Amino acid sequence: MTRKGRRLILIGSALTVLALAAGLILTALNDTIVFFRSPSEIAEHKVAPGARLRLGGLVEAGSVAKQGTAVRFTVTDGNAQVPVTYTGILPDLFREGQGVVAEGVVQTDGSFKADTVLAKHDERYMPREVADALKKQGHWKEGEPGGPPAPAPVRSTVQ
Amino acid sequence: MALLDFANPTRFLSLSARLIPWTAGVAALALALGFTLAFLAPPDYQQGETVRIMYIHVPFAWLSMFGYSMLAASSLGILVWRHPLADVAHKAAAPIGATFTFLCLLTGALWGRPMWGTYWVWDARLTSVLVLFLLYLGLMALRAAIDEPNRAGRAAAVLTLVGFINVPIVKFSVDWWNTLHQPASVFRMGGSTIDASLLWPLLICALGFTLLFLTLHMIAMRTEILRRRVQVLEARAAAEATA
Repeated sequence: MTRKGRRLILIGSALTVLALAAGLILTALNDTIVFFRSPSEIAEHKVAPGARLRLGGLVEAGSVAKQGTAVRFTVTDGNAQVPVTYTGILPDLFREGQGVVAEGVVQTDGSFKADTVLAKHDERYMPREVADALKKQGHWKEGEPGGPPAPAPVRSTVQ
Repeated sequence: MALLDFANPTRFLSLSARLIPWTAGVAALALALGFTLAFLAPPDYQQGETVRIMYIHVPFAWLSMFGYSMLAASSLGILVWRHPLADVAHKAAAPIGATFTFLCLLTGALWGRPMWGTYWVWDARLTSVLVLFLLYLGLMALRAAIDEPNRAGRAAAVLTLVGFINVPIVKFSVDWWNTLHQPASVFRMGGSTIDASLLWPLLICALGFTLLFLTLHMIAMRTEILRRRVQVLEARAAAEATA
């Protein structure tokens, strides 16, 4: 075997070991790398009141109630719901059916008091007419933010 | 070894002298066309006019990973074949890749503020791109810290290959963990989720920026080759003066 071949094999095996190590570390840290928890995860793990975390999901349709700058809405992932209260300015993309990530504290009554609300959008980009046409044809599904119960993404190709 | 024949600094100088006017010209045309189409493209159904940041942010993001992959390939050239041109290519690509990564972070922050409601969050995608930027800076610092050029090149190559682990993490971070950043829109299973009217301007901009990257890289490589020749000549002249 040539010296070049030996060097190549050495580098290849070193990188393989490194990739495995990195993979193990990232798997072990999985719980801390995720950016937010879904309502199901919060229900499942019985998060103690006072715990600070980020809650992610969709704003449930018909749940938004505004009173001045105070707003109440429900975050859902299809399986569980968490009522959220927030006082402040909402991002432009905030609307019913939209993905949101709220940062705040779980209250004793099981609701969530957010001090930051961020909007999350999905990977689809299209002109309004195309979106309307897709909705009209019934090909439309509201995008679900990432996380365990994420459904298969919808293709947005125009028919 | 037909390909390696071209990897000769003198051949590279003559080949790149002929290529640069073409890559620079096509890059200028593609960017002019791409930017025009980007402003003529319809606004997004959700994001409205703000979506136009995509036409620069996404090419910068792609090229930040492309640049690092180029560094990794050059590192193999340095460590396995010990080729001087690979070292030149590595040294020349790092600052360009760092600049593109910085522009990706900057345009991303400016896009995040109006759409998400924040310039920055520590989610897996944003954090791994910041790590990519710091890797670029670390590589440049490592090279600058070692005086002996061959050792500097080899040390930088080893660090490059170790840091290459981060490139798949950047790419798949949005699939492996939940993040505020949305998943991939173009390079994904099942095809693009960007409507053709928005996708074409993006692809033309991406072509323009890629050619711009390659043009800058070739110019930087030429400068580095000539700089090394001047250093050799100066050393020789100094040796003759003392003799």
